[in-house]
Amino acid sequence: MHKLKANNITRIFAFLFLALLVYLLSNHIDEWRSFQGATVMFYVVAIASIILLTGYSGQISLGHGALVAIGSYTAALTQIYLHQPIWMCFVASVLVTALFGAFLGFAAARLSGPYLAGTTLALAVGLPSIANQFRILGGEQGINFDVGWPPKSLGADFTQYKWFFWISALATLIAMWWLHNILRSRYGRAWRAVHKNEVAAELAGIHVGRAKVLAFTLSAGLAGLAGALLAMTMNNVSPSVFPLYLSLSLLTGAVLSGVTTLGGVMIGAVTLVAIPEIATSVSSRWGDSGNLATYLPNLVVSVLLLLTVFLAPRGPIEKFRAHRSTPERISQTKSKAQ
Amino acid sequence: MSLVITDLCVDHGAIRAINGVSFSVSTGQLAAVVGSNGAGKTTLLRTLSGLNKATAGNAHWKSTNLLQAKPEKLVRKGLSHVSEGKSVIPELSVAENLDLGALWRRNKKESAQSKEAILSNFPRLGERLGQRADTLSGGERQMLAIGRSLMSKPELLLLDEPSLGLAPLVIEQIFQSIRDLTTSMGLTVLLVEQNAIGALKIADIGIVLNLGKVAIAGPAQTLIADPAVRAAYLGY
Amino acid sequence: MMKLFNTILIGITSGSIYSLMAIAIVLVWRSTRVINFAQAGLALASSFVGFEVLTRTGSFWIALPVALLAGAGMSAFIEYFFLRPLLKRSGDESQEIFLPIIATLGLLGVIKAILSFIYGDQNGTISPPVSDKDFIVGANSISMSPMRVLILIVVIVLVSSITWLFQKTSIGLALRASSYSPEISRLAGVRVDLIRTCGWAISGAAGSAAGMLQTANGSGSLSPDSLEFSLLLVFGFVAAVIGGLESLLGAVLGGITLGIFISFVLMYVSGSLVFISAFLILLLVLYVRPQGIIGKKVGRRA
Repeated sequence: MHKLKANNITRIFAFLFLALLVYLLSNHIDEWRSFQGATVMFYVVAIASIILLTGYSGQISLGHGALVAIGSYTAALTQIYLHQPIWMCFVASVLVTALFGAFLGFAAARLSGPYLAGTTLALAVGLPSIANQFRILGGEQGINFDVGWPPKSLGADFTQYKWFFWISALATLIAMWWLHNILRSRYGRAWRAVHKNEVAAELAGIHVGRAKVLAFTLSAGLAGLAGALLAMTMNNVSPSVFPLYLSLSLLTGAVLSGVTTLGGVMIGAVTLVAIPEIATSVSSRWGDSGNLATYLPNLVVSVLLLLTVFLAPRGPIEKFRAHRSTPERISQTKSKAQ
Repeated sequence: MSLVITDLCVDHGAIRAINGVSFSVSTGQLAAVVGSNGAGKTTLLRTLSGLNKATAGNAHWKSTNLLQAKPEKLVRKGLSHVSEGKSVIPELSVAENLDLGALWRRNKKESAQSKEAILSNFPRLGERLGQRADTLSGGERQMLAIGRSLMSKPELLLLDEPSLGLAPLVIEQIFQSIRDLTTSMGLTVLLVEQNAIGALKIADIGIVLNLGKVAIAGPAQTLIADPAVRAAYLGY
Repeated sequence: MMKLFNTILIGITSGSIYSLMAIAIVLVWRSTRVINFAQAGLALASSFVGFEVLTRTGSFWIALPVALLAGAGMSAFIEYFFLRPLLKRSGDESQEIFLPIIATLGLLGVIKAILSFIYGDQNGTISPPVSDKDFIVGANSISMSPMRVLILIVVIVLVSSITWLFQKTSIGLALRASSYSPEISRLAGVRVDLIRTCGWAISGAAGSAAGMLQTANGSGSLSPDSLEFSLLLVFGFVAAVIGGLESLLGAVLGGITLGIFISFVLMYVSGSLVFISAFLILLLVLYVRPQGIIGKKVGRRA
């Protein structure tokens, strides 16, 4: 018990330290970097949502872009039609998307990998097109989500994107704190058991279906939060914000981060934000007409996804760890064999 | 000597399933490999037919190195393996199961002759050519599995537990056909069996495996007659 | 009454194209137990090949077979260089089961990105080789044109050749045997690896036929970002699942069923609800009859 408490305290300090880091960082960067910072936070939450689902509960989703879209639209609609304060919009995003996730999870719990993959992919391809059907969703132009100017009390030179960055960072830290805790709870253990061996988990008294639906629900909730963050940073929600490419990017981010651990989530998020910027600088160096700058990021993301799948299927971090511990492992196997 | 195995070792992960097995079988002989569960009998066959990888040792069939080639290559060299548990494809018809064994053969006339020969050996299959294989009885399925392997014109036949799950009367029939086929077609047969006495009775030589090693080997009749062997390895 | 009749006719034509895509998905699923999400990319890429041939030769009848060959080649290439090494390596670690799925999605991204590089915002065009004006019977125009007849004929020819190939030829027997039991097939002397590549090639050809016909039947324009192809993949998948994912006949029936259903939604409800209704059908089938409309076996949980 004492040890656990001590662990908790270190973790609280770790999170406070991260918050301080964001604060210091936000004072020393310009608007563009703040925008990127906010985007990184969006990716962190979205990738964490995939890792929770795939890495911990063993279900796959190729369509998290669709869940993000639901979160974004919910945030905007809550503001426009219910006139709720910003934080209520965020909460609404989480709840509505989680509800949708629960509905999807009931179908998902009965499906094995390929079926689930196809179903979620179908969702990602088609869901955004519904925006054209209902007027309140704004069609191709979309609808706005306006968080407003930073409060006056923060000073006159406190900029818009710095404000976005702050909100995103706070939301992300809270979400990650909560996720960290739930993964260490009995639910987290149940998911890992289900992931490792479904039959054994069932025999051990875990309600496998319930565990899977719960994982899907919580993962969707996180994706909804990510959607609200994205809507805030983009200011606007329209179908073109959620192409299939978004789902693909999120998946790439998750695979890059190492699907099995939450620890590497920053790697994926930062990479995804850095790719377009690198692509732009590369194409301007080559004096390209614009084709390259537009399409290079898509290519890089897909190629990165393939490379990771082939070279480091458990993510770069695990690869690095495995590298260092290989000699030990071999000697262990040998001693077992004898 | 045509099938020669020397110091064969096979690992299953960290476990050594076959640990330095050596024996040899002459052309035209029927060799029974017997032993209890987990003695490494199935692993031995799977290694010889190329399904499992060997860790060390040698295994040759005439001039062919059995440890370097894939199963589909070894079939072309005259080796045929009937794997454990009625090695037929239930979704295919009886005729298709038979044809499957001869797909790789270029000369269609010869494969048609093989089919005729097999059907005259197992007339029951001939009556059921159009039926799906999963409608057959256990014994018929085993006949089909052996028939399928004969379709690839083998010289060396590896049989894994053909008696598994069959009624005693049927087992006797199957064993008798195996004996007859060996003699009439000039096959060399490696028969892996849990049913030690039944197998040794029809075999020329016997090899008793125990915990991945050859416990004792010799002429089959000698092994059956030896009370010490019976007590220690054959279970009665 | 006329509207109802026309709705069904339109459904059958577009459904037959979905059938081809469903067959492509089923063939890959049967040969390697993977859903090939790159199928849409393959169809797109080979339709672009068809478009290039069409602009150079002016003949749809040269373009179509070339596109089929290109699709077959690319599909075999993907199997050989990407899926085979990945499936060989994948162990019992549970997250590795997802790797082939993720890899095909990555390939879809790569194919789309490469096509975007080459074509940018320019669209290709594949115009219908024969008239797409509806026939007039008496005072009514019925939703059947020479083009639609042509589509049905092409689909029927392709589906019957694939069926013939599977049921009556040696390679078909090898294909079926390898999908049911790779190990017994290997022991019988079938080169299962090679046969799998064949399965992928046939699937690639079926997918590209779907792509070519869909483009010629629809807007006629071809763009790397086209939603049409992503939807073709989704509809193909839904049709394959309706048919039970294992059988060619199921894929055909699934495609036609879905086509008619979608046509009804289009004509009687709303164009922008097409997708979501297909999605609901998918969920419904998975809930009520996970083995598909003609499947027998139960058990879709891994």
